[in-house]
Amino acid sequence: MRMTYREALRTALTEALSADPRVFLMGEDVGRYGGAYAASKGLLEQFGPDRVRDTPLSESAFVGAGIGAALGGMRPIVEVMTVNFSLLALDQVVNSAATLRHMSGGQLSVPLVVRMATGGGRQVAAQHSHSLEGWYAHVPGIRVVAPATAHDARWMLPAALREPDPVFIFEHAMLYPEEGEVGEEPGPLPLFAAAIRRPGRDVTVIAHGGSVGKALAAAEQLATEGIEAEVLDLRSLRPLDDATILESVRRCHRAVVVDEGWRSGSLSAEIASRISEGAFFELDAPVARVCSAEVPIPYPKHLEDTALPQPDGICAAVRGVLQPAQAAGAKA
Amino acid sequence: MATREAPPLPKTPAASGAIDAATARSWLGQMLLIRRFEEKAAELYSAGKIRGFLHLSIGEEAVSVAAIAALTEADNIVSTYREHGHALARGLPPGAVMAELYGKANGASRGRGGSMHIFDVGRRFYGGNAIVAGGLPLAVGLALADRLRPRPAITACFFGDGAVAEGEFHESLNLASLWKLPVLFLCENNYYAMGTALDRHQAETDISLKGGAYRVPSVAVDGMDVMATASAVRAAAEQVRSGAGPFLLECRTYRFRAHSMYDPELYRSKEEVEQWKRRDPIALFRARLEGGGILAAAAIEALDREARAVTDQAVAFAEAGEWEPVADLLKDVYARELPCG
Ligand SMILES: Cc1ncc(C[n+]2csc(CCOP(=O)(O)OP(=O)(O)O)c2C)c(N)n1
Ligand SMILES: [Mg+2]
Repeated sequence: MRMTYREALRTALTEALSADPRVFLMGEDVGRYGGAYAASKGLLEQFGPDRVRDTPLSESAFVGAGIGAALGGMRPIVEVMTVNFSLLALDQVVNSAATLRHMSGGQLSVPLVVRMATGGGRQVAAQHSHSLEGWYAHVPGIRVVAPATAHDARWMLPAALREPDPVFIFEHAMLYPEEGEVGEEPGPLPLFAAAIRRPGRDVTVIAHGGSVGKALAAAEQLATEGIEAEVLDLRSLRPLDDATILESVRRCHRAVVVDEGWRSGSLSAEIASRISEGAFFELDAPVARVCSAEVPIPYPKHLEDTALPQPDGICAAVRGVLQPAQAAGAKA
Repeated sequence: MATREAPPLPKTPAASGAIDAATARSWLGQMLLIRRFEEKAAELYSAGKIRGFLHLSIGEEAVSVAAIAALTEADNIVSTYREHGHALARGLPPGAVMAELYGKANGASRGRGGSMHIFDVGRRFYGGNAIVAGGLPLAVGLALADRLRPRPAITACFFGDGAVAEGEFHESLNLASLWKLPVLFLCENNYYAMGTALDRHQAETDISLKGGAYRVPSVAVDGMDVMATASAVRAAAEQVRSGAGPFLLECRTYRFRAHSMYDPELYRSKEEVEQWKRRDPIALFRARLEGGGILAAAAIEALDREARAVTDQAVAFAEAGEWEPVADLLKDVYARELPCG
């Protein structure tokens, strides 16, 4: 069935609330407003204010309360409006959600799902546009996924709710209106597996979330030049599906990592490292990266577009790894 | 459509004191400028000239004008993402504000910030902060710097009712009070945090009571009444200036427009908005000035024409502005570049 990413999320939320009385949704403006991105529109009317709870502007308290409710036997879904605002709750995430199982010697479990929007492209400037999911992926004790398709938006949520540990779902803000095919059944992939979105043979382009569509657009362009790029959608950022990544790189012998996070200390750095650790002798060129420019995202469209990864930049990086000597600026 | 009872209208105090024609002209002129400027901004948003988030303060103009009238040039202002009114009342050139909304290089923040991030350090306007309550700790720090240097000035900090739910509100009030810092906390209570009504986000809806927990003196005022608000701010600012420590002034007001241009307004009824529009701060002030023989209708019409003309000039200035070159993308991340990446 075709539906938007937003509708897919709403379908998933509706099903989750219907299926399990322990599930409830809370966050800023999820109820009366219908959700900042309208993902929860109509749910308050359907499920009532106990299960679709509008919270005050208190990110630290309501994310923390989600952790507490999960400890107390509920299955909370907490929506944080945007990743930039989630920084107010980072203490609860890193110091509690991620640690309680371990610190308690395995006595405690935090089956919490946190959803939030991430990413740029809407001209909402430097306090609303960042891609910080890579920071979350740094933290042991939590799991991090990034649905890039409507199908994954539909089916990652129920899978996340079955996890005994906290799962963070990052929804790229540009994806909500995107339409896609949504299967009647979950799968075929498990929650934490990467997907090959487009098979190829010359280079593996690794992306997640909002960058997957850009990688696919680049691959289309490259195909007209006779370059067959394989596009790998990470889907899960923690854990990373090393096996699928390395299998693809070993076949294509070249890799480009696309990451809307900043390059320094990024998820792309982690992936490039794992490729050199696991497939160094299979590589025909250094791993290349396409990341956001190292600047808080500026407001004007031309500057924002330049700051973010774009299909043209991905194409250029791919052409670069196909000519390694030039790209590395090394020996002729 | 959510049908909930309209929040109680604040009790309107009787006209507080007299006003001279020059002050009346100045205040009404500024309120009209903010109104016309923002009406134009909404049009330009529909035309695609302004993008991203645009938060209008239409309905709340009395607070901007009255609050900033009580400040001196030496005082600092910390604002929010709903700050066009604050910026204009502070005297930022309307052209620079409009150009910022466009994202042009001749904008107040060189186009980098847009509507939510207007800065003018020369006017001690420390910006447009789009993290709710994010400005309060900065205001405490600015006041701390003034105390330590020392520099005789106060810091005025605007924030919404929604911000009161954040820890930063509570932490900042406590810190400012503990250290007796010259901060004037100005809450623009428009009864909504996005789509969440005050009584759905605050257990105690009387925000002015919250100062008590931190020994911060607090007062609530009818923010639709520019004269009442002005005298309340003046008294509060004087107290802060005297070295008595911070003050919390809750200005009860209402936004007539959507939260931002994306908002379908499912959370309040048209009747509620109409009820508040009957207390339009510009109409109320106008009626008082005309009724009291302070300004004639013709003079008021002239002010309105001028507000429209200034707005048109601001648009022309923005239209004429250049886009910053893409080559400058990495400018101003640091004060200086270092050779290593
Ligand atoms: C920390 C944080 N959380 C959430 C948001 C999203 N948001 C922007 S404005 C707003 C409502 C704020 O309400 P209030 O403080 O009353 O100010 P108003 O918009 O009414 O002027 C929300 C939830 C944000 N910008 N920052
Ligand atoms: Mg408000």
